[in-house]
Amino acid sequence: MGEPRRRRRAEGIPDRAPLVPVAFAVVAVLLFAVPLAGLVWRAPWSSAWEVLRSQPARNALRLSLVTSLSATAVALAFGVPLAWVQARVEYPGKRLVRALTTLPMVLPPVVGGVALLLALGRRGIVGRELDRIGVHLPFTTAGAIVAEAFVAMPFLVLTLEAAFRSADRRLEDAARTLGAGRFAVFRRVTLPLVTPSLVAGTVLCWARALGEFGATITFAGNLQGTTQTLPLFVYIKLEGSNPDSAIVLSLVLLVVSVAVLLALRDRWLTAR
Amino acid sequence: MSLTGEVRVDLDGFTLAVALRIEAGSTTAVVGPNGAGKTTLVRALAGLRALSAGRITLGGTVLDEPATGIYLPPERRPVGVVFQDNLLFPHLDALDNVAFGLRARGRRRPEARAIAAEWLDRVGLADRHRARPHELSGGQAQRVALARALAPDPALLLLDEPLAALDATTRSDVRRDLRHHLATFPGVRVLVTHDPVDAAVLADQVVVLDQGRIDQTGTPEEITAHPRSRWVAELVGTNLFTGTAASDGTVHLDGGGVLVVADAQRQGPVFAVVSPRAVSVHRTRPEGSARNAWPGRITAVEPVGDRLRVRVAGTPSVVAEVTAAAVREIGLTEDTNVWVAVKATEIDVYPG
Repeated sequence: MGEPRRRRRAEGIPDRAPLVPVAFAVVAVLLFAVPLAGLVWRAPWSSAWEVLRSQPARNALRLSLVTSLSATAVALAFGVPLAWVQARVEYPGKRLVRALTTLPMVLPPVVGGVALLLALGRRGIVGRELDRIGVHLPFTTAGAIVAEAFVAMPFLVLTLEAAFRSADRRLEDAARTLGAGRFAVFRRVTLPLVTPSLVAGTVLCWARALGEFGATITFAGNLQGTTQTLPLFVYIKLEGSNPDSAIVLSLVLLVVSVAVLLALRDRWLTAR
Repeated sequence: MSLTGEVRVDLDGFTLAVALRIEAGSTTAVVGPNGAGKTTLVRALAGLRALSAGRITLGGTVLDEPATGIYLPPERRPVGVVFQDNLLFPHLDALDNVAFGLRARGRRRPEARAIAAEWLDRVGLADRHRARPHELSGGQAQRVALARALAPDPALLLLDEPLAALDATTRSDVRRDLRHHLATFPGVRVLVTHDPVDAAVLADQVVVLDQGRIDQTGTPEEITAHPRSRWVAELVGTNLFTGTAASDGTVHLDGGGVLVVADAQRQGPVFAVVSPRAVSVHRTRPEGSARNAWPGRITAVEPVGDRLRVRVAGTPSVVAEVTAAAVREIGLTEDTNVWVAVKATEIDVYPG
């Protein structure tokens, strides 16, 4: 009995780094680092500016900005109320709604695209009706926005719902006793309280929308200038004639991602 | 103007049912143990919780009356609330916290800020206008909270444990200021507290709540002199016994034991009150004039001001307050077997 106990105690003392987990951790880090290093290494720095100025690349850049920002706006318009309702209103089926609105985070985006096509496509249940009133989503910029919002909105909703939940409700009570109605309380107390999470959730949502590939290409297609966003452009160019422009635009997306991470560093880069 | 309330609130497994009438210009302290319903009462008066039944009127205006379907939401009641942990808005500085109520009630920003600035000056924070709540000390924050509640000029001021979160020194400072500001506030004042000193210093009238009901109402002096619940007696350090008085001048206590009292007028159920200072503690059975003496064991010795409070378990158990010198002389420590004695004339008896 005495022998094993002594050994266990010896293990508890961190006199030197244990080799096995460190080795695995190093491999894991390399798994992340090597591809990124490769991307930077292979970048055609001399022609980068030229690539960025070319018409197709500019179209893709512009389209990506338009669709991702629009998708973020859509997510804000509908996601903020959704997050608030989920945090503050009790109703039957709430868990189901939470599962439903979280699903796109784990669903393969291509499946989301197929589902969108079947529902909102020309012959889909809803799409048929939309078609009748002259609204066409598949293979349009609007469709790309819908696909991006579908995939990205949960990031905003989940972040914000947690914030609404943890905001001190008694501050809202205090505001009401001071004469503020429900909406004034929301605007002047609740929103300021959740602002850090609102910003984080919005940035996260936008980054996800910007990088969206699977749902967009499935639902909205790959039409230059209309639905060919940056990730689609990169994919096509890499397969085709001009891998250099794919690499340059990949770098652009990488820079954006790093910027997002830095913007949110207080949230994720600081161990709590 | 006055506040009248027939307040009934049904919660899960708890009912608050109290009737109140409080005149403008007076302060009523609501005291009672945790869970007595104090905070629920404040929330009902503020409109943060609707009544289940009854009626609340303020200066003739009905604020809440389920029977007629009238319910004014909090933002439409002329009520100011000071909360226990001040609940200042963390994203606003002191000035904008105080201006919040004025803005919400329709004043323009410059005007609201000017009035708020006056209030901050008045509570002694002329140099802290731009400080955020986290930069304020506990006492300063509670002063801002008071200014914020008073700035919109409410007709009813509710203070929910306004001093509870403060340390002892700050508490007496803020209490003194609070006394001054309450005196100059013309409306109805309701103060919820668990501290008997708050009630004694700040209130004209005390309402003792227990388990959702009013246990006793009176001036602080009346309540202290004739505590009717064990809880209040604990607070003022008084020994409170319930029992049955017989015509021979004895009181048979409900928890066991008999006290000989000087007042033989009363019969039937009574309260018997013994000041802890009237209880003497001895190592051996005392000889002399005390008509009540019984053995017990010391369970606790704790300082109260410059004296020591000695708890003795026996039949009945009592609290005695003795001088430190006495404790040293006869060696009173925990688990010592002692005798306690009380003179018959020191026992106050009043009907239960």
